[in-house]
Amino acid sequence: MNTENAQQNLTEYVTAMIGGQLFGLPIVRVQDVFIPERLTRVPLAPPEIAGVLNLRGSIVTLIDLRRRFGLGERGDGNSSMAIGVESRAESYGLLIDSVGEVLKLDDAAREPNPINMDQRLARVSAGIHRLDGQLLIVVDVDRVLDIGANAIAA
Amino acid sequence: MDDLLREFVTETNESLDVVDVELVRFEQDPNNAKILDNVFRLVHTIKGTCGFLGLPRLEALAHAAETLMGKFRDGLPATNDAVTLILSTIDRIKQILESLEREQREPDGGDDDLISDLERMVERLAPSAAPATPQYAVGTLTPQVLERPLRPGEVSLDELERVFRETAVDLPAAKAAKPVPVEAPAAKPVNPAPVEAAVKDDDPAKAGGQSIRVTVDTLEHLMTMVSELVLTRNQLLEMVRRYEDSEFKAPLQRLSNVTAELQEGVMKTRMQPIGNAWQKLPRIVRDLSNELGKQIDLEMQGAETELDRQVLDLIKDPLTHMVRNSADHGLEKPEERRAAGKPEHGRIRLSAYHEGGHIIIQIADDGRGLDTDRIKAKAIAQGLVSESDIEKLTEAQIHKFIFAPGISTAAKVTSVSGRGVGMDVVRNNIDQIGGTVDVKSVAGVGLSFTIKIPLTLAIVAALIVAAGGDRFAIPQIAVIELVRARAGSEHRVERIKDTAVLRLRDKLLPLARLSQLLGTDPGPGDVESGFIVVTQVGSQSFGIVVDSVFHTEEIVVKPMSSKLRHIAVFSGNTILGDGTVIMIIDPNGIAQSLGSTVTSQIDADEAADTQHAAADERTTSLLVFRAGSNQPKAVPLALITRLEEIDARKIELSNGRHMVQYRGQLMPLVSMNESVRVKGEGAQPLLVFSDGARSMALVVDEIVDIVEDRLDIQVGSDNSGVLGSAIIKGQATEIIDVGHFLPLAFEDWFRNKEPSRRASPRSLLLIDDSPFFRNMLTPVLQAAGYEVSAVASALEALAMLKDGRAFDVVITDIEMPEMNGFEFAERLRGDPRTADLPIIALSSVVSAEAVERGRQVGFHDYVAKFDRQGLIAALKEQTDVGRAA
Repeated sequence: MNTENAQQNLTEYVTAMIGGQLFGLPIVRVQDVFIPERLTRVPLAPPEIAGVLNLRGSIVTLIDLRRRFGLGERGDGNSSMAIGVESRAESYGLLIDSVGEVLKLDDAAREPNPINMDQRLARVSAGIHRLDGQLLIVVDVDRVLDIGANAIAA
Repeated sequence: MDDLLREFVTETNESLDVVDVELVRFEQDPNNAKILDNVFRLVHTIKGTCGFLGLPRLEALAHAAETLMGKFRDGLPATNDAVTLILSTIDRIKQILESLEREQREPDGGDDDLISDLERMVERLAPSAAPATPQYAVGTLTPQVLERPLRPGEVSLDELERVFRETAVDLPAAKAAKPVPVEAPAAKPVNPAPVEAAVKDDDPAKAGGQSIRVTVDTLEHLMTMVSELVLTRNQLLEMVRRYEDSEFKAPLQRLSNVTAELQEGVMKTRMQPIGNAWQKLPRIVRDLSNELGKQIDLEMQGAETELDRQVLDLIKDPLTHMVRNSADHGLEKPEERRAAGKPEHGRIRLSAYHEGGHIIIQIADDGRGLDTDRIKAKAIAQGLVSESDIEKLTEAQIHKFIFAPGISTAAKVTSVSGRGVGMDVVRNNIDQIGGTVDVKSVAGVGLSFTIKIPLTLAIVAALIVAAGGDRFAIPQIAVIELVRARAGSEHRVERIKDTAVLRLRDKLLPLARLSQLLGTDPGPGDVESGFIVVTQVGSQSFGIVVDSVFHTEEIVVKPMSSKLRHIAVFSGNTILGDGTVIMIIDPNGIAQSLGSTVTSQIDADEAADTQHAAADERTTSLLVFRAGSNQPKAVPLALITRLEEIDARKIELSNGRHMVQYRGQLMPLVSMNESVRVKGEGAQPLLVFSDGARSMALVVDEIVDIVEDRLDIQVGSDNSGVLGSAIIKGQATEIIDVGHFLPLAFEDWFRNKEPSRRASPRSLLLIDDSPFFRNMLTPVLQAAGYEVSAVASALEALAMLKDGRAFDVVITDIEMPEMNGFEFAERLRGDPRTADLPIIALSSVVSAEAVERGRQVGFHDYVAKFDRQGLIAALKEQTDVGRAA
């Protein structure tokens, strides 16, 4: 699969809806998309961490992007999906509302974060793409994962 | 690379590591012929093998070193210079080996410099002696190299052996025909593990008598497979558990047993003693002490403690780095040490041990400790913390900054360490394996690091429990027993204030409800309905209250996600037989959070107290009871060993005294006063006081309550057995004097033990402004074998010391009028005559800050008031140290 075109600098994004907002994750970072099942909550964990689960024999830490991005709580009835990513040999699942199509976007069209962007979003956003009728926030996966004891200490 | 050459490089590197260690040992113990023989043999082997392989540079070097070592064997002194020279020769050999490994041939160049140095040294040491001829040489590790053109495996090992023995070698034939012709590499004295971490890929298996070489990859793969097997087995067990009479039961049981054995076997192959990671340290320390002009003793304890080799590999470098740090800027130069009143020899102590499913490694030195001000300045300069914030931090918190990037503790950069790239890397490495590292430093006394590493990837037996709707695994190793506490059962749950405790046989165990601890069910809950998992960590026992207990299961420990690793109560997670993930409880973490609840209470009390600015506001746990009259009586809970209720019919009368058979001994009963009658029937409540093997019981009418209140004796008493009266929970209460009753049970309670314990009792100076404490502690201390002089103020104490009264140890209160404990300690430290006198601080304020301040002014220990055991232990430690020094 050709994920990047050198001449036009196209990046492919997996799009996801979270709290009514469209987000895009660079496809090179995405391992898989799955429906989280048998989630185990972790007491005393940071609130963004929804829990851990067993995905084909390995333990995945699930991060609730609604909480992470400050987009309100998920209603009980809503179904949810998770996007699997890896960081430093550890597996994470990013909990989203629903997954959309894969978009190929030109890097040159990516705009910086507006200065009045919500701090919680600005922290994890690598820029904005203007699409037809809506905005796509490019998610910086590493910054999303920068939570826990170390992040607090810094 | 040529298989033979590869084998040679691997084995020679291993041998050289041993030579390093052994030579340093030999230098310290020059009369130990065994060590020398071992070194000699290894070097000789290297030399021999080089000859076969046609490696002239190596051969010449090894030969020259061997000749010099021959001199040692002839009885010539192993001087520091000579050993250094041999060590540098070993280093050169290592360099050559490195390029040999890379380029498959010896590098160009010569070693005449070293060889002529070695020869000169030989001449200097023994102008008259002839060049040594090796007498002990044994052919080891070398047989294959004889048949260089052949590929290994084309001839049998025996054949090689035979050929080897018949081939002309420069070894005396008699010795070569030793009964163990092939010495396995595993026979190295410090490295008994059969698997070598240094093994490169596709090594041919070497057929040895006791061991073979297996690549690490193979073992890793085996381990993964066994883990999967265990999980699958667990799943099967889970399924079969649902059917009572299943024909699968028997074969599954068999499968289960085989799996368990297989797992144990594979685990064993992965375990290596931590000593392997320490192997290079003696040499490093020796070189450092030469280079830095310091005298350093390296002590290693627990080198046999085994841990997973993967973990071992990862901590090797951090450990080396920390030892280097200690040697370089932890320890002072001899002159400095002498000036500070320390022995010239600095000490670095490494120790390792298992604790509750973890390995604890400590690196401690007795050097100058961390420079708090320097760290402060650096932390501010690096922007880690603002100047105003840093003043609020305790010293211990400041010390933690050494783990931040860019902070070096060294005043100057040396070739050894101090470039500020150190401790942060160390912490990263340890973080990676799910471990923690902690630092403790006392200025002028020393620095110690404690590394705690979980046994990751390991498979452990665990108890599966449920609490607050979630399931958890508690490692079986920490679980002592399971108790079902119900009203009316012999194990009673009692409450001290809001804290539940379990009275289990002879102990009072603090209880913690797991769901409450984890915040999943914050209500107070009913501890009586659940199960109590009695857990032990180190010397601390406690009960974890859970809602239900399922079964035990072998679980595969998977490390916590790095985002969750800061949660101290979990040590990892695992996948159960039914596929769900559950958390593994860390008993150490639970113990800590139990402790922290108490500590935070103390902190809160303290905060409240500072507003009142009164030291006597502090509360004490008191046992309130009735005896003889309706007026309540009280005694500090800490003085009581146990509360008992015995069947009155069991009380016997012997020699006019009431006795009861208690734990195989006769325990005398003492009545509180004449009006307390020993009951004829029913349950008789007793307060048991113990000291060593002896116990006595105070007969009381009724145990009323355990209360927390401040103890302020307002009216003194002339009544023997009563110290005075205080207001406890709004009622006038008599505070009883335990010291009065102890001799009533055993007339010789205090007298008897002194002669048996030691020839001369140690003298002790006790300073406390409260007569209550003086009265209470004096008998306790006397009972422990001390000659006690008690005074009411620091000034009185100073006057006594000035008069020339000598004491072995001083115990002082902190909060006192006129001169407080800190000032007193400073005065003692300032006077050369008393500078070394051990001082133990005794206080109800046990905050981290107070302890730190105490350390600074020179307290040797800091004990909470009423912690009788702690005080006795601290005393014993201090006075024993004093004697030994």
